[in-house]
Amino acid sequence: MSPTTQMVQDAPDRDVPASELGASVVGRGNKDGNRLFREWYEELTSAPERNEHSAYVFVMGSLAEILRSFDIHTIFPEINGLQTAVRHVADDYIAQAEDYGFSADVCGYVKADIGMQLRAGDHPMGKIPPPSLAVYTNACNTYVKWAEIWERMYHVPIFTLDIPGTRAAGRLTWSGNVDFENDRRYVAGQIGELIELCEQVTGKRFDIDKLRETMRYTNTMSEKWKRLIELNQSVPAVYNAVTDGTVFLGMVNGFRGRPEGAAYFTDLVKEMEYKAANHIGTPFEEKYRLVFVGVPCYPIFRRFSEMFTEWGGSFAGSSYLWFASGGANLGFQYDLDRPLESLAEGLLVTVRDAMDSMFYSNQNLVDMIEPYGIDGVVYHPIKSCRTVSTGLADNRRAVMEATDVATLFMESDHMDKRVVSEAQLKNRIDAFFEGLATRKVRRSSASKNESEA
Amino acid sequence: MPRVLDPYEAMSLAEAIAMCRDLVEDPDFPTVARWRDSGGKVVGHFQVYFPEEIVHAAGLLPFKVRGAPLEARQGESHFGSYLCSILKTSLEIALTNRLALDMFVSHPICDSARNLAAVWGRNFDYPCEILYLPQNANSAHAATYLRGEYARLSREVEAIAGHPITADELRASLGVFNENRRLLRELYEIKRETPWLLAVDEAYSLVAVGGMVPREEHNQLLRWALPRIRERSAIPQDRMRLVFAGGFCEQPPLDLLRTIAQFSYVVDDDLLIGLRWITEDIPVGGDPLADLAEAYLERSSYSPVQHDLRKPKEQMLLAQIKGANAGAAIITAAKMCEPGLDEVVAYTKALDDEGIPYFVSEFEERMTNFDSLQIQLETFIENLLFA
Ligand code: SF4
Ligand code: SF4
Repeated sequence: MSPTTQMVQDAPDRDVPASELGASVVGRGNKDGNRLFREWYEELTSAPERNEHSAYVFVMGSLAEILRSFDIHTIFPEINGLQTAVRHVADDYIAQAEDYGFSADVCGYVKADIGMQLRAGDHPMGKIPPPSLAVYTNACNTYVKWAEIWERMYHVPIFTLDIPGTRAAGRLTWSGNVDFENDRRYVAGQIGELIELCEQVTGKRFDIDKLRETMRYTNTMSEKWKRLIELNQSVPAVYNAVTDGTVFLGMVNGFRGRPEGAAYFTDLVKEMEYKAANHIGTPFEEKYRLVFVGVPCYPIFRRFSEMFTEWGGSFAGSSYLWFASGGANLGFQYDLDRPLESLAEGLLVTVRDAMDSMFYSNQNLVDMIEPYGIDGVVYHPIKSCRTVSTGLADNRRAVMEATDVATLFMESDHMDKRVVSEAQLKNRIDAFFEGLATRKVRRSSASKNESEA
Repeated sequence: MPRVLDPYEAMSLAEAIAMCRDLVEDPDFPTVARWRDSGGKVVGHFQVYFPEEIVHAAGLLPFKVRGAPLEARQGESHFGSYLCSILKTSLEIALTNRLALDMFVSHPICDSARNLAAVWGRNFDYPCEILYLPQNANSAHAATYLRGEYARLSREVEAIAGHPITADELRASLGVFNENRRLLRELYEIKRETPWLLAVDEAYSLVAVGGMVPREEHNQLLRWALPRIRERSAIPQDRMRLVFAGGFCEQPPLDLLRTIAQFSYVVDDDLLIGLRWITEDIPVGGDPLADLAEAYLERSSYSPVQHDLRKPKEQMLLAQIKGANAGAAIITAAKMCEPGLDEVVAYTKALDDEGIPYFVSEFEERMTNFDSLQIQLETFIENLLFA
């Protein structure tokens, strides 16, 4: 039995209501998450010894349900890249890729991966096996360019699962609509082609019951992910959507379609419900409730977070939890009675939502302000990621036109320290909080005057 | 149909090309203004490929949005720092009312451009949308999907036009664009076969003007110009034959092309490849939307922003170099253009493997100083000629 399977069976309180849980559950999510994460990397490292296949996949539409049904491991180069940054070794990997020929202006995740491939998979978390295939959606165009690099390096099959997104702001189509059905047929057709490819790569026959099983686990994870996001409406926020959120994102992607993932998120939601019921927040005092838009600054991740928590800034929400979970925030539930059709619909709807969370998120942000009690919106576009960052300045203008919420706009990178100026970030953040403090004073004196009048 | 070009028939060829060049460099797009003044509607479509036939069939003017050589004063404030210029200048021309549109369409060609319809839509009241050209060109389902997507686009265009588009109108438009592409192929043939007759910047001006005038008028212009180009008396010189790569989206300034033309013959390129994307005539007579969709996938060129397993881009470039009998390549990318920069790595490695010399450079549509580029290029070419 693998240690992770052990964990699934172990949790003694899985059926106990949150109200009856003890304080010992607090912090469990991060602890278990970190442990499972290490074990996951160990599993990947040893996969070649067991002659197991690995697919390189991405967070926005990993196709884990299909791949896991063929016992293919899912490896996330984006997560590998992130790990090199938080472990302060990204510079070396990036430099190696730049020596190879990649420009300073190419996404840092790509370059960290190229550096790692040039070192035969050496990575701070283990040894990453080469791919048997790569599967990716079009949610980010860099995914496609990246896969073309692996194709040239390894001569392995690469598969684009093309998922048409929303055509114009707010114009969502649903089942029954002629355009939705056109998109759905296209996605469904490609899923069939992917299944054929997996059969060729693994030599195994497709097993629909196994697919159903992986989809069942994803259903639980999606349901819990949605709940997790809602739970941070609690005051104080029960988790930091940027720092804790990154751990959760690692889990929701790495363990998608797996029993360990379903168990983890069931436990996590319990923990957060307990915290909400008992008004337990993060270890920092919450004075301002914030929402984060963009991708965090991983090269100085701890310091980046402290610059906010020192002022009492607490991230109750983050658009990162929407798009980097591949749209799991919708809580989409696959219909297990018709798994293939439902998988196509689910992929279409969730990956589309992930794209919307990058390109059209202004209204969602405005809609969050009241229920989450948001004092400020923090925009952090990064050099590496044009997918997420290109529209953020304009998005901010729209949010500021629609509400009087305070906003902060600061640029850096999620990988490349050369683009991160800690002093500059701190200046901007300090000024932002000073502004928030002034607003608060003004607001409370205005409401005092009102009540006296 | 109003005529939007000044009468050029009595001009010399050089004067007519100069007229085109002025139009291409004019950020006020006078031909579009003339079209609008006569009551016409305009659909702006961002780079690279767009099925212009659909807009044309509705009686609207398809306008190729490809930035402009100007300072993006307002455009800058809607974007972050690390982006290519074309995004900003394209928005600039709309925000400053140099370009008035009735609809704007962009495509998910790259991470930056796929944000454009959302940005545009937040700033303008007319419809702004994304056309999802298939990114899995190898799926057996791509053509059917694309036909459906074109049908959706047709409905949107019909709403702007205020009337339906008939199949016959579409077929007629396929015919007009087939002719246009035939004429452009002829122009490129002149570049390949007799490059001393037509410099790269001249050819570019003649091609680019097509994205801003009714296509019938472009056809007339090309029909008028092509025989005159062939009649030119220029004498072949001992110059390097080059292929230029990297002009698929943001456009290099004309002066950059002119600088290159001083030392070499550019015998093929990917400049404005979207206008030449379809490489053969589209059959006219069947289901026009299906034929248009099939041509996009099956009778088409290549670019860094289209993924197709049948067209490894570095192999396509090598074939292009061979097909044009070129001895070297100029490999460029627009500044901050991620797909272009990615491709530079693949292109240069393939050229190294084949022992084909190349010159690498980045450009920006708004650059004005070409001195150092000129010196480097001159040195590169001299080294080749005297090697
Ligand atoms: S561009 Fe952005 S979304 Fe795409 S791989 Fe890089 S970080 Fe991820
Ligand atoms: S120049 Fe490159 S990055 Fe810019 S819009 Fe075009 S393809 Fe995208």
